[in-house]
Amino acid sequence: MSEGIDEVLRSKLQQQGVWVSSMQELYNWGRKNSIWPLQFGLACCAIEMIATAASRYDIARFGGEVFRPSPRQADLMIVAGTVTKKMAPQIVRLYNQMADPKYVIAMGACAISGGPFKQGYNVLKGIDRYIPVDVYIPGCPPRPEALLHAFMELQRKIDEQKLSGANKAAHLDSEQPSEFPVPAFGKHDLEPPANPDVFHPPKLERV
Amino acid sequence: MSATVETLEAMERPPVSMGSRLEGELLEVSMGPQHPSTHGVFRMNVALEGEVVRKLKPVFGYLHRNHEKIGENVSYLGSMPYTDRLDYFCSMTNNWAYALSVEKLAGIEVPERAEYLRVILAELTRLQNHASLLGFLLNDMGAWGTPLMYAFREREKILDLFESLSGSRMMCDYMRFGGCRVDASREWLAYAKKIVDRFPRFVDELEQLIVGNEVVIARTQNVGNVSPELAVSAGITGPMLRACGVNYDVRKVDGYGFYPRFKFRIPLGEHGDTYDRLMMRVLEMGESVGILKQAFEQIPAGPIINPKVKIRAFRPPVGEAYGRIEAPKGELGFYLISDGGTNPYRYRVRPPSFINLTILEDMCLGHTVADVMVILGSIDIVMGEVDR
Repeated sequence: MSEGIDEVLRSKLQQQGVWVSSMQELYNWGRKNSIWPLQFGLACCAIEMIATAASRYDIARFGGEVFRPSPRQADLMIVAGTVTKKMAPQIVRLYNQMADPKYVIAMGACAISGGPFKQGYNVLKGIDRYIPVDVYIPGCPPRPEALLHAFMELQRKIDEQKLSGANKAAHLDSEQPSEFPVPAFGKHDLEPPANPDVFHPPKLERV
Repeated sequence: MSATVETLEAMERPPVSMGSRLEGELLEVSMGPQHPSTHGVFRMNVALEGEVVRKLKPVFGYLHRNHEKIGENVSYLGSMPYTDRLDYFCSMTNNWAYALSVEKLAGIEVPERAEYLRVILAELTRLQNHASLLGFLLNDMGAWGTPLMYAFREREKILDLFESLSGSRMMCDYMRFGGCRVDASREWLAYAKKIVDRFPRFVDELEQLIVGNEVVIARTQNVGNVSPELAVSAGITGPMLRACGVNYDVRKVDGYGFYPRFKFRIPLGEHGDTYDRLMMRVLEMGESVGILKQAFEQIPAGPIINPKVKIRAFRPPVGEAYGRIEAPKGELGFYLISDGGTNPYRYRVRPPSFINLTILEDMCLGHTVADVMVILGSIDIVMGEVDR
């Protein structure tokens, strides 16, 4: 984490009451402990998302209790539920409206791949076709503990982001896109069916 | 790749055009599908005069998951997990309604213990549904957070029961044709009884918080009135109908399951306003606790599933059946047509919250836009059931 600081010196200074940190450490520490999710539920998983925020599971322990109804104030979009073809453009639009840095958790089987409703004619086969997803949670619906785990994974991911250098965080790189084209309902289906910049389907080798 | 900037024309227009001849006096607002109080992905196109609603068009279909079409393409038992996801608060009652209609179709008898277990689980579902509804409703009125925390505290206890019995918190998939999947142990029943015995304390606490609360009274009394005539002609069922004073409860009318064996009363409202609908839920929770206490005393030992029912290659005879129960939100029915095959020829759901939602415009006209959220919350909709 803290490349430039000697760990021994740091702990010695700590004993003297001096706290030494790097800019990157401080920045990531602040960001990972105040993730504001977008208050936005789609289907069944949203109820588990509410349960995570409610009394027993209490996502506030991880700094994520401030659910914001406006995408402009949110850092994290939890895609909780089945994404239909009618809803997909709105989700991409909401994602575009969020300010950088922004993260996406795909919660539940439906948001990952269409889940049990995959065979349906109106269900999108995974939200990662249009927007980049940081953490996937399987389950139908995932338990609140699973959402908390995904949340902690996301915190870990934020903690490892670099402020500078070749592999710096995407939101600091002006080359990286932060908005993605919104699909529209065409003649038969959503057009385009997927965003090739985001979606790379695995190539299965037939033996 | 460059980011795209949308033009105004490229943005999606409201599918229901309210005409451009609004004379500049009315303001057209699209509420939803992402809105903190729409209880899911539901959109309303509201025409406002100042703050008063003059026109309201609901827009559905943001969660249309092809439930009925999938139901016609999988086997009869294969639909059971899908019914969990209809009204995702009340998977047990959805299971029951579907199992009941298949049992009607195939003429299957249900053992006594299974019927008692079904009643117990349906009433537990009613308790947790009404508790969380009241939490959400107070949330919509601006009591941000606190009532919901109280409600979810109780809901989690009931979900624990569901989980220990069926293995899942929300998607229980518990009922089978001719009975139930797993038996409840004596310890489970004792634990459930303990939780039910403590439940009235929560109901009293909640009642105390809302009954005399000045804000609740100001926000709900004489808001969203429904006349009994309108409710009956629109096919409204459930607590919303009873809030208008119409005594209609499928548990009494049909007497399905073993409901005729239990003593319980049907709470009735008087004015049909939001306050009555709210109180209807509080009172029904009390009656459900009464039913549960009787069921815990009466439940007999015995088998939980009819051994004659075939699990694999289950083919009901040619015919049609409509099975209905009193779900927490109203009359939930499944209409099935069998052509003798392994999957239904036609599979139709009568969703209570969709039909209750149809009179939303009648309830909202003349009220302020802030009241729309409260009225919508008091209907108790779940989009999984509305759009299916």
